[in-house]
Order: sequence, then C-alpha cells, then structure tokens
Amino acid sequence: MHKASVAELSAALKARKFSSEELVRAHLARIHAQDSELNSFITITETEALAAASQADRLIAAGEAGPLTGIPLAHKDIFCTRGVRTSCGSKMLDNFVPPYDATVVEKIANAGMVVLGKTNMDEFAMGSSNENSYYGAARNPWDTSRVPGGSSGGSAAAVAARMTPLATCTDTGGSIRQPASLCGITGLKPTYGRVSRYGMVAFASSLDQGGIMGRSAEDTAWLLSAMAGFDPKDSTSVDRPVDDYVGGLNQSIEGLTIGLPREHFGEGLDPEVGAVVEAAIRQYEKLGAKVKEIDLPNSPLSVPAYYVVAPAECSSNLSRFDGVRYGYRAKHTKNLQDLYTRSRGEAFGEEVQRRIMIGTYALSTGYYDAYYLKAQKIRRLISNDFRQAFSEVDVIMGPTSPTTAFPLGERTDDPITMYLSDIYTIGVNLAGLTGMSIPAGFAGGLPVGLQIIGNYFEEARILSVAHRYQQVTDWHTQAPPDAGSQA
Amino acid sequence: MEWETVIGLEIHAQLATRSKIFSAASTAYGAEPNTQACAIDLGMPGMLPVLNAEAVRMAVKFGLATNSAITRRSVFARKNYFYPDLPKGYQISQFELPIVGEGSIEIELKDGTRKHVGVTRAHLEEDAGKSLHEDFHGMSGIDLNRAGTPLIEIVSEPDMRSAAEAIAYMKKIHTLVRYLEICDGNMQEGSFRCDANVSIRPMGASEFGTRTELKNINSFRFVERAINYEVERQIDVLESGGTVTQETRLYDTNKNETRPMRSKEEANDYRYFPDPDLLPVELDEDYIAAIADTLPELPDAKSTRFQQEYGLSAYDAGVLTASRELADFYEATVTAAKGAAKPAANWVMGELAGVLNKQGMDIGASQVNPEQLGGLVLRIEDNTISGKIAKEVFEAMWSEQQDADAIIEARGLRQITDTGAIESLIDEVIEAHPKQAEQYRGGAGKLLGFFVGQVMKRSQGKANPGMVNKVLREKLGGS
Repeated sequence: MHKASVAELSAALKARKFSSEELVRAHLARIHAQDSELNSFITITETEALAAASQADRLIAAGEAGPLTGIPLAHKDIFCTRGVRTSCGSKMLDNFVPPYDATVVEKIANAGMVVLGKTNMDEFAMGSSNENSYYGAARNPWDTSRVPGGSSGGSAAAVAARMTPLATCTDTGGSIRQPASLCGITGLKPTYGRVSRYGMVAFASSLDQGGIMGRSAEDTAWLLSAMAGFDPKDSTSVDRPVDDYVGGLNQSIEGLTIGLPREHFGEGLDPEVGAVVEAAIRQYEKLGAKVKEIDLPNSPLSVPAYYVVAPAECSSNLSRFDGVRYGYRAKHTKNLQDLYTRSRGEAFGEEVQRRIMIGTYALSTGYYDAYYLKAQKIRRLISNDFRQAFSEVDVIMGPTSPTTAFPLGERTDDPITMYLSDIYTIGVNLAGLTGMSIPAGFAGGLPVGLQIIGNYFEEARILSVAHRYQQVTDWHTQAPPDAGSQA
Repeated sequence: MEWETVIGLEIHAQLATRSKIFSAASTAYGAEPNTQACAIDLGMPGMLPVLNAEAVRMAVKFGLATNSAITRRSVFARKNYFYPDLPKGYQISQFELPIVGEGSIEIELKDGTRKHVGVTRAHLEEDAGKSLHEDFHGMSGIDLNRAGTPLIEIVSEPDMRSAAEAIAYMKKIHTLVRYLEICDGNMQEGSFRCDANVSIRPMGASEFGTRTELKNINSFRFVERAINYEVERQIDVLESGGTVTQETRLYDTNKNETRPMRSKEEANDYRYFPDPDLLPVELDEDYIAAIADTLPELPDAKSTRFQQEYGLSAYDAGVLTASRELADFYEATVTAAKGAAKPAANWVMGELAGVLNKQGMDIGASQVNPEQLGGLVLRIEDNTISGKIAKEVFEAMWSEQQDADAIIEARGLRQITDTGAIESLIDEVIEAHPKQAEQYRGGAGKLLGFFVGQVMKRSQGKANPGMVNKVLREKLGGS
C-alpha cells in the first residue's frame, strides 16, 4: 500500500480493496517502525487519524467520497490544527494548542483526507537542515547520518521513507524544494498567493507559501487541487480560478523552451550534482523540448537580499511571542522587561535569535534605507530578471541545491555555508514564482533534485513538465531502505 | 520677554464601524474584558488581518470634508514595539503613505476672528488594548476588547498659537466627525482623544522651540489646562536659563501638572515598514466620487445657511450648528413653529439648552420634541399665551411630554385678551388700591408697574401684558 500512487489508492479505496482504516494503520505502522530513527514527526495523531479514517470509510461506503477521501497525509507543524499542538519546531510553542484550523488544514479535512501527524521542521521554518528544531533534527532516510534538508525536513523524510504518501510543507526561501531534493521526492512551491497563509505560522509574510511534497508530480497535483484557491481571510491570496492540475498533467511538452540560467551552473555547484542535472535536461531534449541559455544577472544578490527581507519580516512577525498570552513564559520574572527578555531568550533557538537581531538591525532608523529598502529594490530587479527570462522561455531548469544531503553538524557553525544551500531556490521566493524539485538521479548514492521554475500561476505547466519526465524515468519511484531495518 | 506659544495636535478619533479594522470582532464599548477579542485581535500565530472597507470609507469621508488630498494608493505599515496590551508586538498603522494627505480647517475664535489650521495628514490605524493595574494582586490585567478598534489619527500643522485656538480646532474636528457620523465623539469612553505638541519661542522668532508632547488628554477642559500649564512651565524653564527637553509628558488631571513620561533618548525606534500581510489600498475616482455624494451639509455651510435663511446672528448660527442633531432639532422646531425662526432659536438655546445642561443630557435625550417646542413657540407668536406663561408650559411639557395646546387647555393658561375682562380686572385692582391710584394720578408714574403686577397677579399671569398696560393708563388717567 505504501508504494501506491494517490490515484491508485483512491481507486482501491473506492473499489473497497482495502479500507481507509487499513491504509492509515499501514502508514502508522511504518511511522512506528521507522520514526524513532528518522524523527520526522513531532506529533503523531493516531487516535484522531483512526477516527478520521473510519469517517472516511463511511463516506466511501455511502458513495459520498471525493478523490482524496481516506487518503493519509502529514502536516508540517507550522499549520495550525484545532485541538492539536502546533509547535512550529520551537520551545516557544511547545505548549500551544490552537483553537482554530489553518485554511489549508480545513480544506484538506473537507476533502476527507486523514492527518497522521505533524512533521518536524526547523524552528519557525528558519533553517536548511532541520537541525534548528527544538525536537531534534530529522534524519535523511537515504543516509541517517545526513540532514534531510530544511526547513520542511520532517515532511520530506516522512514522504521519502514512505510513512505518508503526501505532506504539506512551506517554502520561504527553498524550504520545500531543497529538502525534496535532498530526500529524493517531488516538492512544489506554488506561486505566492495561490495557497492561503491563514493559520500558517508566519516567518516572512511576503515570502512564505504553503505547498506540497509527494512522491510524484501526479500525486502532488492531486493535493494542490485540494489546497489552492482564494481565501478571503488572507489578503495576499489571489482571487483567480484554480487550474485543473490533474487534468492538465498530460499536456505535451513538444516545443517547450527550457531556460538554463548560467548563474545556476557556475561556481559552487557540486560537479556530480551538475552532471545529474545536465543528464535530466538532455532527457527533456529527447522528449522534444528546446534548451536555451539565459541570464539571471541579479541572482548572485538573491541570498543577501533574502537575508535582509526575511529577517526583517521575521523580527516583526515573531514579536507576538512575548510570553504574555500563550506559549512559553519564563518563571519567576522580576518585571515586564525581564519577562520579555527571558521568555524570548529561553524559548527561541540560536538561529531564530540571530535572524531577529539581523532583522531588527535592518529596520532600525538610519539603517532602513541601506538595508531593507535596498533589499526590496534588489528584489524588484530579481523579479525583472525572471520576467525577462519568461518572455523567452516557458520554464527554467537547473539544480535545486548545489550539493546533496550533507552530514549532520557539518554546517551548524557556519551559517553562511548553510544559507548558500538555498542559493538556487531563493530567487523564486523573492519574485513570488512557482517552483518544483523532482528527483533526477543520484550522486554518491544520495538523491539529486532538478528544479523547475514556472511563471506566475503556471503550476499546471510545471506539474505537466515534471510528470512527462516521470513517465520516462523511475528516479521518483526509488525508495530508501526502511529505517530501523539497517540496525 | 514676550513668548509665543506654538501648538500642534494629534487627534485620535475612533471610527464608528461595527467590527474592528482587521477582524470581525465587535467594537461595542463596555463589554466584559476579553469577550470582544478574536484570535486575530489576540495576535495568535498564523492569524492575518483583513481590512474593514467601512473604515476606509469613513477616512475618505473625513478627507473630503476637510478638503484634503485623498491618497490614491496608501500603505499600511507596522509600528513595532513591545507592550503587553499590544498583542502582535506591532501596531498596524500608516506611515509614509497615509490615506488622507494635506488639508485645512477653518476655526472661529470667541472674538469672531477666523483662522485656518492646516491638517498635515490623517491615517488609519488600529487601537491597542488596555492594561488594568488594579485588583490583580500586584500583577497587571490585560483587556484586549479595544485591540483592533479602528482609529483615524488626525495630525495638524503647528498652526495654533494659544490653548484657546487648540480648543477651537479640537471642537471643530469633534463637530465634524460627528456630522460625518464617522465617530461618536464620546470622550469619556476614549472615542475622541488628543495628544498636544507644545513649544514656545520668543515673539517674532521664525524658528520653533523644542517641543514636548502631552499624551492622551481626553477632555476639552484638560487640553486647555494641560497646554496652559505646559506653556507656563516652559516659560519658567527658559527664563531661569534652562532648556526645554524634547520628551513625552503625561498630564495629571488631579494635580493639574505635566510630568515626564519618557525622553527622546528613551523613545522607541518603531522600525516602521510596510505590512506584508496587507495590500496597498488603491482608490479610484468613482469610489471617491460616490463617497463625496454621501457627504452631509457640513457645519460651516449649515451655519451660513442658517444666517441667511433664518436671519440668525453668526453666533446663534454657530451654536445651533455645533452638532448635527441640534441643528436638525432646531430646523424641525422652526417648521413646527411655522417659520418663527428667531423665537425658535431663542427657545432652543435658552430654556431647552438650560434644562439639558442642568440634567447633563444631550439633545438626543431631550424629553421635549421639536414638534412640541415649535407648537409652544406658535402659541406665543399668536398671543395665545405670554412668554412668561410659556415657561410654565415648557416645564410641564418637559415633565409630562404633552403638546403645548393640551397643557394650555388643561391648565386654563390661555391668555386673556378680552378687553372687557381686562377692564373689569383693572377696575377691581384700582378699587382695592385707592391710595396708590391717588398717588399715581398725583404724578407717581413709576407706580404703573405696581398696578400691572397686581392685575397680572389677579389674572394668574394670563392677562395680555400689553393690553393691561394700555387699559391701565387709560383708566388711571393722570400722568
């Protein structure tokens, strides 16, 4: 069951080959067997999952099931779930049980899906290795001494290890695509505004976007169909029709023009990773696509611009975690100032504190113009680069991350190297575009991801481009050995 | 040395929307603490603001009424600071691009001089909650009912030169926001409050002196006192060789003094930046024109019309247009009094204002309605009753809520205008006071008043005084 596609699971449930409860129990069993090693879940919602599964089975029996009814998934622990602890990977919210559901959670519940649990993540989605989690790092199922990537590392590890067919996740600078790449799965970051941010704990509001991890473009298309759409509760969500992502999967790619940014194939790219990506692009050429080299001249500025804008927004967004109304509060505080500084000092991890300080600095009087405003101008230039590129090409491709999964601990003392693992993904967030990572092969036994970047609201197109590749390759069906079995 | 006072005001007017500026929670005043604060108002994780269109409409109304520039693309910004009653750790406000730009307001001073006060800008923002420092055993309580209530902050130019001018400006804005029905103006409940920036400079100087900001003053009287206190304090400081420190000061209403709250050095760096959760507010011409069509007749225009249409003095017109309710009451009274505009004005500003004032009521709570008051004026005008009797009728009207005619009939207050009846009353009085009649005839003309009084008394005030005078003179003859 755990190897079947979403479409196969949906058909099997409808045909009563097995029940949702059986399906959910099978995945829970895989979680119990593997997750003490992989640490991809912060909370496993077994009781709720089994209740939801039997409800799904009743709907299926009554003939009232939708295509996703009874299919399990996991939510990144950044999406608020009513009655279920939502920690955001932080000590700050270790005790936080939201009284509301995020719109994404509500839509998925309305589709009849079954939530297995909440997945591990870098604290407040800040990190590229999942090592910044209060609950300890999740492990890469392909090599448990290595990181799964981040921040959505728990979702990526859980999907890769076949503990769930699908997972929600978020991407602020690459937090879906980079872990998808490092874990050998398919990850989609939709266009900014395509998926509601309501109830999704904010890191950097102008960059955050909820998305999907699955094992294939097709599976991903199914979940995107349930998640996408305008939400009046999110002023930045966009009111435009949702495309038929599943129906559009078989669009031809004959004559498709693929742009290859020179800047994504230069210095810093691991040659083995580069070779895998180039092979994937040759595959596309064989399938009838044309390739064109393009320039994204401002892309070297994307990491510095991002590390001003994102911390600036985070410094403000995280101000609400003050120990006053909910979340962690330091004990025996002497006065208000002490309550603030100790609650925040004790409950925020090092990386979160670093970014709050960077952001506070960047917004301060006398520095605002030099940092925040300049970064916003660069952001505009980066968007213009993409706009120019998309006047010449249909999609842009390249490596998702410069390297494969790196060993745990390798970069924790070197934030700059850590930040550079998102060098190819960050521009997409700054411009608000959609992007994917799909498995394209292996380097040194570790998965390599191909990044596909699409124009605004062209999720259907990049999904079909990814799907075409997955029809002629089997990288996406390759699974790591079950964790726990190696020991 | 002679000093000149320079004042600029920042007025916070709470907009009269039913729900909050960024959430659906109610704005009603006086509920149990924290019962009108939803997850958005509480700053819960993942919650997002959605702008209340009504607040925008109200701000535009204000802008149009003050001939201000309406910003076609305004931007919400975050003002970042930590305080327990500020749930998100930032206040959503507007900074570089406020919804209302430059405008101007004309004020009129007691001596009749008129002056323009510039409005620098008016921006939309959310209010914070309240910290409650009593009854929590040394801890503080937080009530977030007010958090997220829409405010318009109206910032003036430093154009005022005395506390009196500041009050005139503040009253003008107060009148205006109530005319526009965008704020209930209730100062006790904090719906309308003011910060004053005060500085002094040598008379004739062109540079401004160092200013202090007086925070959160919530009555006209306190604004006047606080400014006057602060001006005297600054004069004392400068004349004794000191310098004024730029700081925020709190006005203590009990001690009638201002005290430092925080200095410029301690001031927060608010780290304003555009709120990424909200889109810029873009207004098109049709939208603005549609709001312009809904504007009511404004106080100045109404006052001018009252002077022309009803022949009122500028002062009376000003008093009667001070609130839209009062002006409407007056006009309805005039209609009921069949156009007796001047007597109607006297009654509204006299007896009616007197009793309202005494009882601490505003015009909306009047126990006499315009039709009743107009009916009373009508009966004075047609000589059914005298002005003196009318006061009695008015009192009865107030307590019994009946029409003038019913009261006049029931109490038999109709004026005696029958010559025969008056003559016989006078005959009785002269007969009863032969000595006085003799004296009058002998030249003591001032005794006429005595006889008038006696006749009126005997008629229980109902005799027409003019007729009494005339007939008395005839009957007494003599001087």
